[in-house]
Amino acid sequence: MMIVSVASGKGGTGKTTVAASLASVWDGALLGVDLDVEEPNLHLFLHPTIEGSELAYLTVPTVDEAKCTYCGACSDLCQFAAISVMGQVILTFPEMCHGCGGCIAVCPEKAISPGQRELGEISWGVAGGVGFLAGRLRVGEAMSPPLMRRVKARLEQRLATTGEEAIIDAPPGVSCPAVNAVMDSDVILLVTEPTPFGVYDFKLAWEAFTPLGKPLGAVINRAGLGNDAIYRCCQEKGLPILAEIPYDRAIAEAYARGRIIADLSPGVKETFVTLRDKIRDLAKTSQLREAAHA
Amino acid sequence: MRTIAVTSEGPTLDDQVDPRFGRAAGFVVVDLETMDTKYIDNGQSQVMAQGAGIQAAGLVARAGVGCLLSGYVGPKAFKALSAAGVKVGQNLEGLTVRQAVERFKRGEVEIAQAANRDG
Repeated sequence: MMIVSVASGKGGTGKTTVAASLASVWDGALLGVDLDVEEPNLHLFLHPTIEGSELAYLTVPTVDEAKCTYCGACSDLCQFAAISVMGQVILTFPEMCHGCGGCIAVCPEKAISPGQRELGEISWGVAGGVGFLAGRLRVGEAMSPPLMRRVKARLEQRLATTGEEAIIDAPPGVSCPAVNAVMDSDVILLVTEPTPFGVYDFKLAWEAFTPLGKPLGAVINRAGLGNDAIYRCCQEKGLPILAEIPYDRAIAEAYARGRIIADLSPGVKETFVTLRDKIRDLAKTSQLREAAHA
Repeated sequence: MRTIAVTSEGPTLDDQVDPRFGRAAGFVVVDLETMDTKYIDNGQSQVMAQGAGIQAAGLVARAGVGCLLSGYVGPKAFKALSAAGVKVGQNLEGLTVRQAVERFKRGEVEIAQAANRDG
């Protein structure tokens, strides 16, 4: 059972394009997961039939002022100033709350009870032979990791019962949401492009994800564009290049129409079949290495 | 009202008003009659990832002042200061603390009805 996450430093390098094409050539039961909850778009390529959805919530404090003695234990604990005693008034800022539940636990008067903040929606369905799972952040919600954790909980539950493998479409960047998306996967793909922007953000992603100790592999999209700095960078860091997708008008047109580019030609399909096999090799090698260390 | 607080880049009346509230360097608490001062360091709020304005509002409220003078106050901090009964005078950047206080004493500082910055 393997989880592959498709990440990048820079946005717009082709994470979703790669995730969708990889899903189309996968040789086993698969769940495609959109963890780019701020701007989910895997569905634009997989065209899933949605079978169900639910709203996800974060536990935030609700204060019963009649019981509150303004002792300040909750405000002293909260690192995010989401609950704050101002003299003889207690204020909550539910939008700042990270949902740790500490204020509820620490209140000596039991004056704080769990309330809810809507995080967004989780939906699931099926796209051809591939399962589909996605999160969509509520407009106005500032934190994406809490919703991502709920999507991942459903993902784990599902893989445990179905034995599917999963491909995760991760958000761009190298901050909490990106790390959250990739941290539980077995292999991390870094999709990049041979431009100065691509190289710069690729290095950031490499730095951010290397400490996770997961096998990393590069996919170079729009190969032929720009210069060879990305190749030198991969070589220096000992990062295997698992696939190169050519900078090609036909591919760009297929992408723009929401098509899976692996369906475009036998050549492109072969690129993704090879990528899939190399991912499996990478996972296997790393498992062997782990076993040897154990 | 006996004392007011002014966001300040330093501890004295002749330091510049810090235009920020939540992440101000500190607050000079001024006795309006004697012009005696006390300084409250705001370093703890400055390093917070979020909620600096709310925490700073707590510091100011505990100092027991009737009014806060600053440059910009955001909506959460404004809500917190209002809850604590601290009035807010804004748009006082570019002055020294002394100049801001004198302007306040002359009745030339308008008491804000709302925050002048988005969260």
